[in-house]
Amino acid sequence: MRFKTRGVLPGFGLSLGYTVLYVGLLVLLPLSAMVIKASSLGFTEFWLKVTDDRALAAYRLSFGAAFVGSLLNAVFGVLVAWVLVRYRFPGRSIVDALVDLPFALPTAVAGIALTTVYAEHGVLGEPLAKLGLKVAFTPLGVTMALTFIGIPFVVRTVQPVLEEIDPDVEEAAAVLGATRFQTFRRVIFPALLPATLTGFALAFARALGEYGSVVFISGNMPMRTEITPLLIVTKLEQYDYAGATAIAAVMLVASFGMLLLVNLLERWARRAEA
Amino acid sequence: MSGIVTQRAGSAQRRDTQIGESLWVRVLLISAALLFLAIFLVAPIATVFVSAFSKGAGKYFAALAQDETIDAIRLTLLTAGIAVPLNVVFGIAAAWLISKYDFWGKSLLITVVDLPFSVSPVISGLIFVLLFGARGWFGPWLSDHDVKIIFAVPGIIMATTFVTFPLVARELIAVMQAQGSDEEEAALTLGASGPQILWRITLPKVRWGLLYGVILCNARAMGEFGAVSVVSGHIRGLTNTMPLQVEILYNEYNFVGAFAVASLLSALALVTLCVKKIAEWAAVSRQAKRDASSRALAPPRAAVSLEGIVP
Repeated sequence: MRFKTRGVLPGFGLSLGYTVLYVGLLVLLPLSAMVIKASSLGFTEFWLKVTDDRALAAYRLSFGAAFVGSLLNAVFGVLVAWVLVRYRFPGRSIVDALVDLPFALPTAVAGIALTTVYAEHGVLGEPLAKLGLKVAFTPLGVTMALTFIGIPFVVRTVQPVLEEIDPDVEEAAAVLGATRFQTFRRVIFPALLPATLTGFALAFARALGEYGSVVFISGNMPMRTEITPLLIVTKLEQYDYAGATAIAAVMLVASFGMLLLVNLLERWARRAEA
Repeated sequence: MSGIVTQRAGSAQRRDTQIGESLWVRVLLISAALLFLAIFLVAPIATVFVSAFSKGAGKYFAALAQDETIDAIRLTLLTAGIAVPLNVVFGIAAAWLISKYDFWGKSLLITVVDLPFSVSPVISGLIFVLLFGARGWFGPWLSDHDVKIIFAVPGIIMATTFVTFPLVARELIAVMQAQGSDEEEAALTLGASGPQILWRITLPKVRWGLLYGVILCNARAMGEFGAVSVVSGHIRGLTNTMPLQVEILYNEYNFVGAFAVASLLSALALVTLCVKKIAEWAAVSRQAKRDASSRALAPPRAAVSLEGIVP
């Protein structure tokens, strides 16, 4: 039962006023300061700053490594979600809890830990170096760090969808003569696709802006292993506020684009469910 | 990411599928998944503790007892002590607003609440530098009045609050939306006031979601690195938080010290994961209880199923 269009419970005005005030002061005011600063640069200056060689190299690395890392997460995220939902094995619920570790672990801690693991004499770095794969201080290291921080996204978006899939559908496919792999490819995978893409986009958006876990393992060589957020910090440290703001504006547009994409994907997923 | 606790609650009872993969396929898939997680998750977190204790427990505690480290711990506690309560009050207000009412602009508000998640931590720091830095909007006014925000503690607190501010709200919105407002509306008809409903009905109902939101918000507030690093100025003993202290010690090749501080933050992260697991179990058992009570109210099932059998 609803009176008018809102709810019947008291406190609408108070909670609306407080929420809007808090959001306005803490989020909208600072963000608009940035947008105004960026737009005060003038088009030519802005364009020169966001397209210089060093910035272009940084975008290439950030977008490339984020893409590869999120792709890895899309594949292994579906696998991990599948194993957690469908199979019972000892330690399953510990593994399930551990998936969220990248959300809770401070990025700087992840950064120094990953660097130690993949350094030339690290636990995994040494065997990989013998195979000729240098991880720490290379673009590969950046990709590894971005994979780490993206792990929870695909797993946590796919898991609930997988839990809701009706076993009857799979049984029907099996009765009609489909092999297990055919059932997965033709029946299960299409149902998981919207959630997988949503998870991919979330992981990608997070990876684009990531800073703490990458700066230790990347080695921070300009043109080679310098990610875009680091370039922003470098420019700030040189008091080049205009340059930092211009590049930050590019990143902000990219992450809002991803946010929009995620919203569209979620709408698609809901329609696919209905 | 939002509402993990509630989304998972629906899956309390799973049945074993009749059809499935052969044993060796299962073993292969489980091993592949575990190998992936071992390489990417277990190896780093184990490294933190192994490196912290690599020179023995004595060196570990000595590293933690250094003056600069203690200053960093103190500043981190202060920062979280201010940022977390602010975001908890906001989270309750925003969750109440979004889950209890329908109004124009609601989905826009939800998007704005999520904004800090999609903004790079570095940009989160930058926006406060642009506002309060020496050459920022309020910079001249602040220096005239001798107030320091950037490269000082207030800037660190602001950036931390910004970065962690959706965490409690998101968790609570998901839990409150899943639970509905039947009990609150019942209390209203019985004459309860707004604060009474919030305090006696809603908050007890969402306590596990709230607890997880608070713990996660706290862990992220204590561990925030990118945004804080931009606004802090790295002044030793004054504006260094724990993650910044980790960076400094690591760059000085003081690995035991760096990993000792990191181990405290890692332990906090592991506690956060445990609380999340408990919150999930609480949500599942609440759902099971509700299902049981609604089954008790429903007409007996036998009468329904007999219809199919008896012609």
